[in-house]
Amino acid sequence: MSTMTASTGEAAARERRRFDWSQPFVYVVALAVAAVAIGPVLYVFVGGFRTTADLNANPAGLPDPWVFTNWITVATSPRFWGNVTASLILAGSTTVGVVIAGLMAAFVIARYNFRGREGLYTLFAAGLMFPLTVAALPLTLLLRTMGLHGTYLGVIIPGIAFALPTTIIILVPFLRAIPDELEEAARIDGATRVGFFWRILLPLSKPGLVTVGILAFVASWNGYLLPLLVISTGTLPQEWWPLPLGVTQFSTQYSQDTGAVLAYTSLAMIPAMVFFLLAEKRIVGGLTGAVKG
Amino acid sequence: MTAVVSSGPAVSAGPDPHPASRPPSRTGVVRKRFEIALFTAPALVLFIGFVILPVVLAAVYSFYNLPAGFRWDNLADPDRFVGFDNYVRALSTPEFQRAIGNTFLILVMSLLIQGPLAIGIALLLNRKLRGRGVFRLLIFVPYVLAEVIAGLAWKLLLQPGGGVNAMLEACGLGFLRHNWLADPDIALWTIFLILSWKYIGFAILLMLAGLQGVPDELAEAAQIDGATWWQTQRYITLPLLAPTVRIWAFLSIIGALQVFDMVWVTVAPAVRRISTETMATYMVQQGQFGGQPGYGSAIAVILFVISLIIALVYQRLALRRDLTGAITRGVQ
Repeated sequence: MSTMTASTGEAAARERRRFDWSQPFVYVVALAVAAVAIGPVLYVFVGGFRTTADLNANPAGLPDPWVFTNWITVATSPRFWGNVTASLILAGSTTVGVVIAGLMAAFVIARYNFRGREGLYTLFAAGLMFPLTVAALPLTLLLRTMGLHGTYLGVIIPGIAFALPTTIIILVPFLRAIPDELEEAARIDGATRVGFFWRILLPLSKPGLVTVGILAFVASWNGYLLPLLVISTGTLPQEWWPLPLGVTQFSTQYSQDTGAVLAYTSLAMIPAMVFFLLAEKRIVGGLTGAVKG
Repeated sequence: MTAVVSSGPAVSAGPDPHPASRPPSRTGVVRKRFEIALFTAPALVLFIGFVILPVVLAAVYSFYNLPAGFRWDNLADPDRFVGFDNYVRALSTPEFQRAIGNTFLILVMSLLIQGPLAIGIALLLNRKLRGRGVFRLLIFVPYVLAEVIAGLAWKLLLQPGGGVNAMLEACGLGFLRHNWLADPDIALWTIFLILSWKYIGFAILLMLAGLQGVPDELAEAAQIDGATWWQTQRYITLPLLAPTVRIWAFLSIIGALQVFDMVWVTVAPAVRRISTETMATYMVQQGQFGGQPGYGSAIAVILFVISLIIALVYQRLALRRDLTGAITRGVQ
C-alpha cells in the first residue's frame, strides 16, 4: 500500500480511511486465530527437542536443555523412513492410477456422444454417496478372498476406486470446456479422436489433472481406516506400514518416552505440511468444486 | 455469480457435446464403440468391483450371523441366515444408540458452532491485510495434517500432566484442569474441540473464497447509501455467501457422520465404549475387532441409509440451486 503511484493515491487514501478504525482489531483476531491453529503443532515440534524428564517436570516450558537426540534417533531410524516410503508408494500409486483411469473415463463422458453417457456420469456421481466407511468391512473380506489382504495393492486399488467419483466429476466439465472447434481443426489436420486426446486435450487439461491428483494424494496420504483394516491386521512388518499407522504404533509402543513420540509425530507432520502448503489453493478450490458437484 | 443462482438437476452430463457431427461410417462406428469400451473399462471395473460391490455385500452380510474367519460358503448355510436380527439387535443396544446420539451431537455442534465462527472470522478478515497469505497458510496447517497425527499430538497435549493442563495452571486457571480424554463426562466435548480446531481453518478459507465472489460494488453502493459495516454484512454480503455456507454445511454433515480416526486414536477403548463411541467406531469395533462381520455390516448399512437420507434431503432442500454453477465454478 505504501508504494501506490500518484494516480491511485486518492483511491488508496480513501481505502485507508475506510478501514483504519477496525484494522488493529482485525489483526488481533487474525493473530489469535493463527495462534490457536499453529500453537499445538509448535508445541509438538518444540517438545521433540526436550527430554522426557524435562517434559514431565515442566510440561508447558521451553526445552531446558535443548536436546537433539530424539530427532536424530527418529530421523536416522529405518522404521521412520520405511513408513515414509510406504506412504509415498501408496499415495503415489493411488494418484497415478486414479488420474489415468479417471481421465480416460472422463474423456469418454465429456467428448463422445453415445447412449448411456448420462447414465455413466450419474453412476460415478452417485459414488460420492458411497463413503469408504460403509464399504470397509466387506471390502476387507473381499480383499482377503483375492489374496490382497495385508498388501499395498489392497490399499491402492480400493483407494483408486473411491477417488474416482471426485476425479471424474471435476474432470468432465474441464474436458468439455475445450471448444469443439479445436477438435474440428485437429480432425481436418488429420488427427484421430485419440490423437486429439493426446496432443491437445491432455496438455490443455493439465490444471484439472493437477487438482484431482493433489486431492487423491491428500486422501491417500492421510488415510487411516483402510490401512488399519487391510495392513495392520496383515503380516507386513511395522517398518513398512504407512505413516498414519506407523505413528500410532510407535506412540503405543513408546508411550512412556514422550519426547521420542513428539519427535516422531513432528517428523511425520513435515512431508505432508510441505507438500500441502504448496498446494493450498488447489486443495481448497478442488474440494469446493468436488463437493459442489 | 449468475451460474450460482441458476437452477438445474443435481446430476447432469450436460448438453450433447457433438451435435450433428460427422457422417457415420461403418468402421467409424465400430471404432468409436471400441474406444468407448476401452477407455471406460478400467474406471468401471474398479468402481463396480471395489465401491458398488462392497456396499451391496454389506447389505447381504447384514442378514447373516457370520464368524470372524469368514468364508463364502457361510452364506449358503441356512443356520447362519438371521433375517433382520442384526438390525433389531443394533437398534436396541444402548451402546449403539449412544453411538448414534454422539454422532449427531458432533454433527449438530459442528453446524452451530463452527459455522458461525468461521463466517464471522471470514467476514472480519475479508479485506486487505498485511500478511494475508501467511495467515491463510497458518490456518490451513491443522487441516492438512492427517487426522490420526493431529489426534496423537492432541492426545499428548491433553494428558493429565500434559501441556494444556500446565498452561492452564500457569495462567491461574488451575481449577479448569481435567483429564480431558479420559473423563467420560467431557471426553466427547474434548473430541469436538479437537475436530473444530482441525476443520475450522478449512471452513474459514472456504468462506473467504466465497466472499471473493461477492462484488465490491454492492457493498460500496450500500455504504454510500449510509449502511453501517454490520448492515452491509447482514443484508448484502451474507445472503450472497449463502451458497458457500450451504456447501460447507453439506461437507460438514457428511464428515461428521463418519468421524472415526480422531476418536479411534485419541480415546482409550474403555472410555470410548462408555462415552465417545461414534457409529463408525462402533462398526469397526464390532465388525472387525469384535469378530462379527455380519453385525458390523448391519451397522454399516444403517450408517449408509442415514447418510443417504440426509444427503438426499439436504440436496433437495438446500443445495439444488447451487449445483449447476458449482460444477463449472469448481474447476477453474
